[in-house]
Amino acid sequence: MDGAPRPAALPRRRPAGRAGGAELTFELPESARQCFHEPLQRGLKFTLDFQVITGGHYDVDCYVEDPNGKTLYKEAKKQYDSFSHRAEVAGVYTFCFSNEFSTFSHKTVYFDFQVGDEPPILPDMSHRVTALTQMESACVTIHEALNTVIDSQTHYRLREAQDRSRAEELNHHVSYWSVGETVLLLVVSVTQVMLLKSFFTETRATTGAVST
Amino acid sequence: MAARGGLLGLVLLLLVGAVPRGLGLYFHLGETERRCFIEEIPDETMVIGNYRTQLYDKQREDYMPATPGLGMFVEVKDPDDKVILSRQYGSEGRFTFTSHTPGEHQICLHSNSTKFSLFAGGMLRVHLDIQVGEHANDYAEIAAKDKLSELQLRVRQLIEQVEQIQKEQNYQRWREERFRQTSESTNQRVLWWSIVQTLILVAIGVWQMRHLKSFFEAKKLV
Repeated sequence: MDGAPRPAALPRRRPAGRAGGAELTFELPESARQCFHEPLQRGLKFTLDFQVITGGHYDVDCYVEDPNGKTLYKEAKKQYDSFSHRAEVAGVYTFCFSNEFSTFSHKTVYFDFQVGDEPPILPDMSHRVTALTQMESACVTIHEALNTVIDSQTHYRLREAQDRSRAEELNHHVSYWSVGETVLLLVVSVTQVMLLKSFFTETRATTGAVST
Repeated sequence: MAARGGLLGLVLLLLVGAVPRGLGLYFHLGETERRCFIEEIPDETMVIGNYRTQLYDKQREDYMPATPGLGMFVEVKDPDDKVILSRQYGSEGRFTFTSHTPGEHQICLHSNSTKFSLFAGGMLRVHLDIQVGEHANDYAEIAAKDKLSELQLRVRQLIEQVEQIQKEQNYQRWREERFRQTSESTNQRVLWWSIVQTLILVAIGVWQMRHLKSFFEAKKLV
């Protein structure tokens, strides 16, 4: 897995922001499960992106349920994924992350739960009757492009955090292994010499006993 | 059946409508449980967090707004593990902080309940929303304060977004340098320890032979 090039998660092109939902990074202890809930109206489209940033093999179980308990999405040991769905039933949707398969590595998981479209910055803007002027259209285009840039930056920030986590882990492992191996080497060589000496010492004692 | 569906729809509408926009997402928190969230942000970035709590009411078998006495303890630590915000808020609160060093900030929440019976074995439902950087701006307030027209406000939003992108890029450069330092350190360590271990191996071999030789000469076997 580590040798093969990892397929990069594509930066998502969201419809410019979100009306509800959240973008959070939380710690998931070992053998634990954490769930989040969001009440949604019917017909709303939601997207769940998640990525494991630090910990163990950088994987987590994830499942999404609708208000009736039906499983909409269920994957085990995923490093990152994206799931989109249009809410058919109004109610509370649940998504959970599980680290129950791991007994000693706690994970840091990032998720971005986006609901619907971005609301306008001023509430009056949604009551507009005339078409947008050229200037305003240009502003909207630039705003959407910048949103894509920000999304991209988030994506790279998460990848970098994950890679840095692996690099730091490697650094620590190299240190411990070096010290450990040196100690082991010394112990083994001294034991060898002691053991060898003890063979010859015993033989002399036995020989001495036999001769008398 | 249709009446029940209609009632459920109405209840749901009230539920969704009553929740302030952005505070839809919630999770359950145990009485002594502490939930931490991490925000990796560049410096001079404002973070605004809003939360709302609900307590399970056994009589009504539903979650009701928590008693005013039950509050949440919010603690924010900067990347150097220094506490930059440590305050207790009510059952509904809003906390703000601005980062002064770039890196991973940790936002921890736990309830201030000391009486274990208060939760009655139930869970606390916490609605949480954290806005970072440009998303934390209240454009209605900015428009009113600086008296901006709609077009000017849009341009203002673009400026804020570009500033956030710039900050993030500077932070990215700083992170890349740290990453490079870690990799170079690993490279150095591997090289250094390989040499040292080879020397130790040779030295031990020499010591073993000399020690055994002198041992055997003493025992008059050689």
